[in-house]
Amino acid sequence: MTNPNGRFGIHGGQYIPETLMNAVIELEQAYNTYKNDPQFNAELTALFSDYANRPSRLYFAEKMTRDLGGAKIYLKREDLNHTGAHKVNNVLGQALLAKKMGKTRLIAETGAGQHGVATATAAALMNMECVVFMGEEDTKRQALNVYRMRLLGAEVVPVTSGTATLKDAVSEAMREWTNRIDDTHYCLGSVMGPHPFPTIVRDFQAVISKEIKQQILEKEGRLPDVVMACVGGGSNAIGTFYHFIPDASVRLIGCEAAGRGVDTFETAATINTGKLGIFHGMKSYFCQDEYGQIAPVYSISAGLDYPGIGPEHAHLHDIGRAEYVAVTDDEAVNAFEYLSRTEGIIPAIESAHAIAYAMKLAPQLEQDKIIVVTVSGRGDKDCAAIARYRGENIHE
Amino acid sequence: MSNIRNAFKNGKAVIPFITCGDPDLATTGTIIRAMADAGADLIELGIPFSDPTAEGPVVQSASIRALAGGVTTDKIFDFVRELRRDVTVPLIVMTYANVVFSYGIERFVSKCAEVGIDGVILPDVPMEEKDEFVPICRSHGVDFISQIAPTSANRIAEIAKDAEGFIYIASNAILGNQTDLDELTAEIRRYTDIPCAIECGDSNLDQTALAQAADGVILNSAIVEQIGRYGRDAAAPAGDFVQAMKRTMNK
Repeated sequence: MTNPNGRFGIHGGQYIPETLMNAVIELEQAYNTYKNDPQFNAELTALFSDYANRPSRLYFAEKMTRDLGGAKIYLKREDLNHTGAHKVNNVLGQALLAKKMGKTRLIAETGAGQHGVATATAAALMNMECVVFMGEEDTKRQALNVYRMRLLGAEVVPVTSGTATLKDAVSEAMREWTNRIDDTHYCLGSVMGPHPFPTIVRDFQAVISKEIKQQILEKEGRLPDVVMACVGGGSNAIGTFYHFIPDASVRLIGCEAAGRGVDTFETAATINTGKLGIFHGMKSYFCQDEYGQIAPVYSISAGLDYPGIGPEHAHLHDIGRAEYVAVTDDEAVNAFEYLSRTEGIIPAIESAHAIAYAMKLAPQLEQDKIIVVTVSGRGDKDCAAIARYRGENIHE
Repeated sequence: MSNIRNAFKNGKAVIPFITCGDPDLATTGTIIRAMADAGADLIELGIPFSDPTAEGPVVQSASIRALAGGVTTDKIFDFVRELRRDVTVPLIVMTYANVVFSYGIERFVSKCAEVGIDGVILPDVPMEEKDEFVPICRSHGVDFISQIAPTSANRIAEIAKDAEGFIYIASNAILGNQTDLDELTAEIRRYTDIPCAIECGDSNLDQTALAQAADGVILNSAIVEQIGRYGRDAAAPAGDFVQAMKRTMNK
C-alpha cells in the first residue's frame, strides 16, 4: 500500500522541518532493518502475548445481536489489553524499535491519555525516560490518566498553546523532538504524521485484523461482511481494516466523531467535513477554513478530537474502499450506556462511536450477516465525564 | 541576479522577521518602513498559520495575535501591493505549506510575483517535497528559499546545489557553538556560492558572533518581541534595533 516515498495515493509524504529529516530517515532505515528480523519479531510477539495479553478476544455479543434483531455482532476486545486499549500494540513495537536504535528517551502526545499511559508503561518496562505532551484541556478531561502516567514514572507536560487539545500536543511533541533528537524517539500514537510513522504504526496495529481473520474463520468458517472501528487519527481502524483490504467482500467502515453534528462547527468529522491539505507532516484531509487555517475541532471524546485523519484512510476513502460515517456525541453516549447495560462491557467513549453505528447498521442487515466491531479501549476513564454529560455531579 | 541576492551586497545582511497583521496591518506597515529606513537588507514577512509547528512560543503568540486581528492571505497580498508603492527593500514571505496549498500553489505564487514578493520560505517543505512548489516558483521568478539545519549532515550537498536566493540556516532549535556554525557554513560553501543567513531565534544570543559565521542574520524573534512589548508603538524601537544590529554586525 505504501509507495517508496511514503505516499498512499496522493496522501502522506514528509512535510516536516529540515531539522527533523535525518531523524525520520534514521527511523525508516532502522524500521526496514528490524521489521523482518526474526529476533525483533520474536521479542515483540513475546511482549504482545506475555505482557499485553494478546491475542485479544473476539466475543460474540449475543444479547446485543438479539436485541437489535439483525446481523450477528462480534466485538474485538482491544479493551482487554494491558493498559486498556489498542494503543499498547503500537507502543510496544515502537519502544522496542527505539531501544534497538540506542534511544534512551521516549516522548509522546496524547489526547484521551490512553497513548500516553501506554507509552509511560512501555518506558517503565524498558527502563526509558518518558515525557508526555497533553493539551491542558485534556489534562482536565482525563485527570486520572494524568495521574496514571506520573505513577508510571513519566513527566506530563500540559500544552497551553492553540486549543490546548490533541493537535497542539502533537505540535509540541514535534517541537520537542526538533530540540532533542540524539537520545529521543518520538513515539507517535496514530497512523499520522510524516512517513514512516503511518506505515510503522499501521504495521504494529495490523495484529488486530490478523487476529480477527483467524478468529472469525474459526468461529464462523467465513469472512465477516463488515468490519468497523472508530477513527480519530485512525490507528485502531487501520489495524482493524488492514488484513481485510484485499477482501473486496468485506465492507470497511470508519466512524468519525461528529461532535454536536457535521452541520455545526463543533465537530471533528474530518472526511465528512474537511478538505485536502498539508499538516503535521502529511498530506491528507483536514478540518480547516478557506485560508487553510486548521479548525478548532470538537468532540466529547478527547481521543477523536483531532482535525485530521491518517493518509492511508484518506486514500481508502478516495478509492472508495472504506466508508467513513459521522457519529454525534449524543449517539456515542447512548451507545456507551447501551453496551454497558446489554453486554456488561463499558467501552471507551471513542469506541462507543463505532458501537453507535453498529446499532444503526445491524438492524438493516439480514440475520446471516456478520459485523465485527473493534472495542478499541475500556471506558473506566470516561465514567465521570459521561455522568456529568447526563447531569450528575460526579468528579474524580 | 535576483533581488534577494542584492540584499547581501551591503555588508552582513540584517533580515528582520515580522508576522503580518500583528497586531494589525497598519502597524505592520509602519514597522516595515521604519526597519527599511534603518537599513534592513531583506524583510521576512510571516503569513500567520494557526499551528506553526516549527516556531517557538514568541512567534506562536504573534501568529495568534495576528489571526485574532482578522488578517488573511488576501489581506496580506493587498497590503504588500500597497507597501510596494514606496518600499523597495527585498521581501520574502514565510508561511506553512497548508496556507499556500489551500490558496492554490499556482495562484499563491503568481500573486506573490504580482504584488512584489521576491521569495518564499516554507519551513515544513523539505527537499523531499519541494518539487510540488519549486517549478511553479521558478516560472514566476519567485525564489524558493531552502533551509539547512545543524542536523542536515549528509543532506547539505543536495540541498545547497539547488538552492536559490540565499540559504536559510535554521539554528532555532539546536544552537550550535561558534565552531559548529563555522563548520556548517564552510560545508555549505563547498557546494554553492549563494549567501547564507543564520536564524537567530533567541534575542539574548550574540548576534554579532552568529553573523561572523555567515553573510547575514535573520532576526526571528527580536522584532516580534518588540511588538509583543510595544504593540502599535513598536516602529521606533524596531527601527532602532535594526540600525544597531546593522552597525555592530558590520564593525
